[in-house]
Amino acid sequence: MDLTIAILVTVVGASTPILIAALGELVVERSGVLNLGVEGMMLLGAIAGFVVQFHTGNHYLALICGAAAGMAASLIFGFLTLSLSANQTATGLALTIFGTGFSALAGASYSARPVTLMSPIFPELAAHPVLRVIFGYSFPAYFAIFMVFAIWFFLKRTRAGLILRAVGENDLSAHSIGYSVIKVRYFAVMFGGAMAGIAGACFPLTLTPQWAEGMTAGRGWIAVALVVFASWRPFRLLGGAYLFGLVMTMELYAKAGGGPLSAIPSELWAALPYIATIAVLVLISLRRDASTNAPACLGKPFMPSN
Amino acid sequence: MPNRLELTGITKQFPGVLANDHVSFAVKPGEIHALLGENGAGKSTLVKMIYGIMQPDAGEIRWNGEPVVVANPKAARKLGIGMVFQHFSLFEALTVLENIALGMDAKIPSRELESRIREVMETYGLALDPHRTVATLSVGERQRIEIVRALLLNPQLLIMDEPTSVLTPQEVEQLFTVLRKLAAEGCSILYISHKLHEIKALCDTATILRGGKLVDTCDPKEETSRSMAEKMIGTGLKDIVKAEGRAFGQPKLVVNRLSTGKTGHFDVPVDNVSFTVRAGEILGVAGVAGNGQNALLDALSGELIGDDREAITIDGHGIGLMNTTERRRQGLCAVPEERNGHAAVGDFTLSDNSVLTARDRLGMVMMGLINSGAAKTYTGKVIADFAVKALGPASTAGSLSGGNLQKYIMGREILQKPSVLVVSQPTWGVDAGAAAAIHQALVDLAAAGSAIVVISQDLDELRALCDTLAVINMGRLSAARPVKDFSVEEIGLLMGGVHGSMETA
Repeated sequence: MDLTIAILVTVVGASTPILIAALGELVVERSGVLNLGVEGMMLLGAIAGFVVQFHTGNHYLALICGAAAGMAASLIFGFLTLSLSANQTATGLALTIFGTGFSALAGASYSARPVTLMSPIFPELAAHPVLRVIFGYSFPAYFAIFMVFAIWFFLKRTRAGLILRAVGENDLSAHSIGYSVIKVRYFAVMFGGAMAGIAGACFPLTLTPQWAEGMTAGRGWIAVALVVFASWRPFRLLGGAYLFGLVMTMELYAKAGGGPLSAIPSELWAALPYIATIAVLVLISLRRDASTNAPACLGKPFMPSN
Repeated sequence: MPNRLELTGITKQFPGVLANDHVSFAVKPGEIHALLGENGAGKSTLVKMIYGIMQPDAGEIRWNGEPVVVANPKAARKLGIGMVFQHFSLFEALTVLENIALGMDAKIPSRELESRIREVMETYGLALDPHRTVATLSVGERQRIEIVRALLLNPQLLIMDEPTSVLTPQEVEQLFTVLRKLAAEGCSILYISHKLHEIKALCDTATILRGGKLVDTCDPKEETSRSMAEKMIGTGLKDIVKAEGRAFGQPKLVVNRLSTGKTGHFDVPVDNVSFTVRAGEILGVAGVAGNGQNALLDALSGELIGDDREAITIDGHGIGLMNTTERRRQGLCAVPEERNGHAAVGDFTLSDNSVLTARDRLGMVMMGLINSGAAKTYTGKVIADFAVKALGPASTAGSLSGGNLQKYIMGREILQKPSVLVVSQPTWGVDAGAAAAIHQALVDLAAAGSAIVVISQDLDELRALCDTLAVINMGRLSAARPVKDFSVEEIGLLMGGVHGSMETA
């Protein structure tokens, strides 16, 4: 029982950054832009969040600065792909390489210096042996779940969300009706950057209280895969994030050895999210009748004919 | 009463082309005004300036007597200008209601919007379910969304860009009823088309453009289709020269119980299709888009390979199991509907595109090496014979306009002198002069003993070009009969088939 609770708590902690980053990427992709720079933006958010926390001690300011760092990086991406119509895949990969390198450089003098983790929002309930599964987390875990509802509502029920979907579905038509495709995509890309930055800042602020080079450890790629896995729907994203978080936690337990989990090699656990994503992609492509739900303009630069 | 819309000296210059050269005309309130011209005559540019998508370099637009600057489509809608595009600006994954909401500038709660949509549909007899996803609708239904969207804004001027190119004759009649009703209520209509008999039936005035200049403003009811066509192309129109009472030869292409499985996402498969085309015969396949034409073409060309060798035979040889290349060697060439990306590779030069389909028949490849000289010579001949506007064989296919690419593709196949040619939409997007040339080339090819299948949605084209006609509906082909035995109404009913009864329900 105790082990189950411990695992569940770890799962939520591990899933939260993936969920936040994936939510951002979902909005970006729904607007028709494929930003593969999530991992890079997360690392920039992580180092910004760490540095601010280290010097000010304020966790919330650290999260905000993490968001700002991610958003700034996404603006570079936006300028290149939206204003200059550069190839989105290549630019996104470059952004990840840039984020990895820049965060390593900026964080070089901070290695092995500890910060404090964010404390749970409900300290009394967090101490409860069972209820801590629900109430035992710091702010980002609840923020992530709130954002699932907020983004679902935004996409499904608001006019701005409808316009965003329209831009991702058929940019030329949206343009001819009179919506500014580039502007909508800039907002989406910036939102995605901010979410990736927050997700990155979660690593030093909620998981390991220090800076380590490349500390997001490929979670940004899992977030990108998760968006596809969830077929661009926010609530599936929620389920998928926890499922992926569970698999990643299993990997940790398998690595630590002992118990029945170590029967399966940890490398296999580590590969599972990607295998699952590929399986989902295959399933989607087998479903010929309905639309795959992928935004029709995903990854294509917007080039009006006149 | 001032004119609803008055253009004076409108000029628009593009790099290398003067798209509109001092164009002036006026549309009265409640008038249905046709804008006529070939491709590249400047119709679209002119309309885009009226709707605010582009700005004129010079000239004045007056709206109800007042000079206005239409800065963008939003400003146009605010003035009371609505537009129904030729290529619908619809979002397939969204519902009818969401699509319409996107086109509205004012924020209207969706419940109120829905009731207003139902009201407009009731008034004008446009049946649609607001909650259906657009991807599931027929082309005619999609057009209704565009019309409803425009009508919700109570427009004083409605611009229709080639609205009937994808409709059945019955759907065209329904559309005309709506337009006449609108005009009677005082809404002006600017109707862009090149179908002259429609303009004669519908329009009060016609403005004819050629090469960016205004040629004439006339009353279409007092003109003949021929006289308007000649004004459009500037020279006398050539008729298709077809020997009367030609005897056909032996059956060349015989299709026997051909069926395909389900292929693409929204594609209709062909279902138990049989027909025979004799040497020298042109068979037309009429039908509304999306009724299995693509599957039929793919099954004949070899893109879809069936499991019965004898389902398709040429001169008695079963080719049902052969792939595209083998069928080309047997003398069967095909032109699919989609020009760029299917019939031609946009990033390749015309020369390379010629190699792709003509390599075997014309010996352009020797021991795996491309004979680029032969490819270039052949491509040059296609360009010259079919008056393709291109810099030369080294131009990329993607740099050609749609009509010119179509001319190149048709030429590339016809000059290979195939014994069986299957073409889809041979003159789609091609202007009247070039269309006549393509038609003549097809007739000449048939006269030389080839069997030809023409799949088209253009009834005028089929009736002028073909010897026999069959109608495809939901993947099933009607029996082929001499084209003279069909009345337009009968073809229309066959085209509508199950489809039409579903829509009126």
